[in-house]
Amino acid sequence: MTKRFGTLTANDAISLTLQKGEVLALLGENGAGKTTLMNILFGHYQADEGSILVDGETLSPGSTQAAIEAGIGMVHQHFTLADNLTVLENITLGTESLWSWRQDQAAARIKLKTMSEDYGLLVDPDALISSLTVGERQRVEILKALYRDARVLILDEPTAVLTPQESERLFATLKSVTDKGLAVIFISHKLHEILAVSNRIAVLRRGAIVSTLNTNGAKREQLAELMVGRVVTRPKITPLPQGKPIIGINNVTTKGSGATALRGIDLTLHAHEIVGIAGVAGNGQSTLADILSGIQSTFTGEIELNGAPLTRGKPRAIVAAGVGRIPEDRHARGMVGEMEIWENLISEDIRSPEISRAGFLISSKNAKVRAERQIEEFDVRCKGPEAETKLLSGGNMQKLILARALSQNPSFILANQPVRGLDEGAIAYVQEQLLDARKRGAAILLISEDLDELMALTDRIAVISHGELSSALPTGDRSIAEIGLMMAGQQEQERRPAA
Amino acid sequence: MIIEPRESVSLLRASLAPVWAILASLIICAVLIAWAGASIPTAYMLLFKGAFGSSFAIKETLTRSIPLIFTGLAVSVAFRAKFYNIGAEGQLYAGALAATFFGTGLITLPPYLMIPFLILMGALAGGALLLVPVLLKTHLKVDEVVTTLLLNFIVLLVVSYLIEGPWKDPMSLGWPQAASIIDEGVLPTLLAKGRLHFGFIVAIVMALLVWLMMRYTVQGYEIRSVGYNARAAEFSGINVNKTVVMTAMISGGLAGIAGVSETAGLKGYLTLDLSPGFGYTGIAVAMLAQLNPLAVIPAAIFLSAVYVGSDAMSRAVNIPTYIADVLVGVSVLAVLCSVMFSQYKVRWKA
Repeated sequence: MTKRFGTLTANDAISLTLQKGEVLALLGENGAGKTTLMNILFGHYQADEGSILVDGETLSPGSTQAAIEAGIGMVHQHFTLADNLTVLENITLGTESLWSWRQDQAAARIKLKTMSEDYGLLVDPDALISSLTVGERQRVEILKALYRDARVLILDEPTAVLTPQESERLFATLKSVTDKGLAVIFISHKLHEILAVSNRIAVLRRGAIVSTLNTNGAKREQLAELMVGRVVTRPKITPLPQGKPIIGINNVTTKGSGATALRGIDLTLHAHEIVGIAGVAGNGQSTLADILSGIQSTFTGEIELNGAPLTRGKPRAIVAAGVGRIPEDRHARGMVGEMEIWENLISEDIRSPEISRAGFLISSKNAKVRAERQIEEFDVRCKGPEAETKLLSGGNMQKLILARALSQNPSFILANQPVRGLDEGAIAYVQEQLLDARKRGAAILLISEDLDELMALTDRIAVISHGELSSALPTGDRSIAEIGLMMAGQQEQERRPAA
Repeated sequence: MIIEPRESVSLLRASLAPVWAILASLIICAVLIAWAGASIPTAYMLLFKGAFGSSFAIKETLTRSIPLIFTGLAVSVAFRAKFYNIGAEGQLYAGALAATFFGTGLITLPPYLMIPFLILMGALAGGALLLVPVLLKTHLKVDEVVTTLLLNFIVLLVVSYLIEGPWKDPMSLGWPQAASIIDEGVLPTLLAKGRLHFGFIVAIVMALLVWLMMRYTVQGYEIRSVGYNARAAEFSGINVNKTVVMTAMISGGLAGIAGVSETAGLKGYLTLDLSPGFGYTGIAVAMLAQLNPLAVIPAAIFLSAVYVGSDAMSRAVNIPTYIADVLVGVSVLAVLCSVMFSQYKVRWKA
């Protein structure tokens, strides 16, 4: 299979065989071509060269309909469910004839019931999708594929949104599915999951398969090296004495009753310290990040930065007071893709005397000189300050955001999912930068869904669930399993160590 | 057929897009001309001659382009911030109402003050009219396309009421028109013969000012940020609502000046047929110009030439003047397509 996008070869002469009853893991960094390959298999894209055979028969290319009929089912990274419909309606959606007068719900209900019992995928068929948890929604997606008599199940980064316990449950499901003779393609870049769940592993790098090996006997380090193409060393934190308090968050509460409303958040961060917040997406992390970055001004409670109250709802004042902000979504929040690089680098201090005269006329000369310096310092690979921002790769765009956030030497850094979707090289770079900032005396709040990242990079970890933040205990005091339970909303046992 | 994005769009390709579009629309309209029974080369020759064939024709084309430059600028500024102001027509009439209110004897100033004063009042009136839709959008998320469009009809009815009623000129022999603008407020003509007036210079200066603002000022930067990516703009500390309101004021103001220029420059008094849809054609101008304020000038002159030229053409050969509307409509659609094709390429492969 070969697929080119312009000059980029996303899939380069890939050959794969999938056998009945096995879990084949597709391992690769972001941009290695995993999703492209699966989109070809499922008929979203048409390959430039190559063909697909299912049970010896050629699958007609570029047709999802043909793929479904051939028994291929896909569970997308971002769910494709209608929130306002029930589980049963979502599962039958698209399977009835366009010309039938009414749905035969009874038969569908029976089929769903037997299926969910067979595979141990229990859901209430009449529940609205909007009332389900993320893990349950994923179960519905899998059931949807099984309902269409899928024999091949493709799961694209299925654990990205799950707690460790929900992931375990998913792995059990996959086991029962393959026991019944289905074949599963499991796409991921998380090594420990792949080792836990798969029978065989195909490693993709830059669009080509560099190795296919049996999971039995495969080593983590070996896989990492195959995936990245060289020995990978992610930075690790080294102990530093805690400094003076930098930022104090006291009893911060927001209105509302949903899981994203904050309930009495207390947290103090010190100089030379990285504090991690673990949690499943949608439990108030974004609300807290919005408040700290000055986007949201409606909350009760106090936030003090270096002894002075933090201005509410004024991003530029907050930046000027010494806060560096790395937003969760670099495309949607971080950068204006259509603008030039230098224009994005001045967005936070455009009204400062360095950049504009009287808050009116932009001094593009000063701005471009500064941009050139930042591009050099943060090793942004681009044609220069006047290049269009959206042409940058994810890693380079993140470096640009780091340049904007860190070059003013902030005393507090809010890093919200700073390495999500980056390749290994960029991940190591971003993490080094955060550790350097810590060494210089910054206090850093690291919000992440990746527990491995938090374990490797933080001094202390707090867990957020339903808008409540646990105490921040030294990293290592809680096991990953304990943190996972807290992420799922279980109260922490009374086992505070004596101070 | 496969449509794929291009890796990069060259400046040449981007700026050629409207040219291809205009060629395509001329070809499409040729079919209609042939259908109407006229010779295609003759018809287009007559159209061209009617628009540019004599110094009178050129002056007429430029005169007609003045309101289109203003409304084109109004639309391009607003659309740049993704504020879809469809109400330039109404704002034009609001400007004309202001010019009539202040310029028919209420205040008398020497011309060098009177003209700027009327322009300012017209701009304020145009902006004020847009204040309601923009606040409804920023505070209640009411769709501005609906409110600005419907306001056009309300304003036209108000104009109709005024010039049939309280503002009706007693000297007009019963025609529904307002009193004439006093001499001090009339925009002087630029050349000895013809109707080309001072409004043309104001329009060119405005285009230049808007271009400079968009490119070199903090305010222009903020308008562009909000239009391209409002969430990123908000994150960087731009007050998105404030910026949208400011954009709307600039947009409404520019359209308001079109009304002043038509009333005090061309007609001399307010009538109900002051604008044959200049506000709507302004959308076509802005699209042709791809929202670039400087490109608005040639785009407005082109569309004006189509209207003026097709008048002449229809007089000479028997083709209805509606061919101008068709040509304008087709060229806008063609621009939208060609802009897409400048960003995507089509491969023919099974």
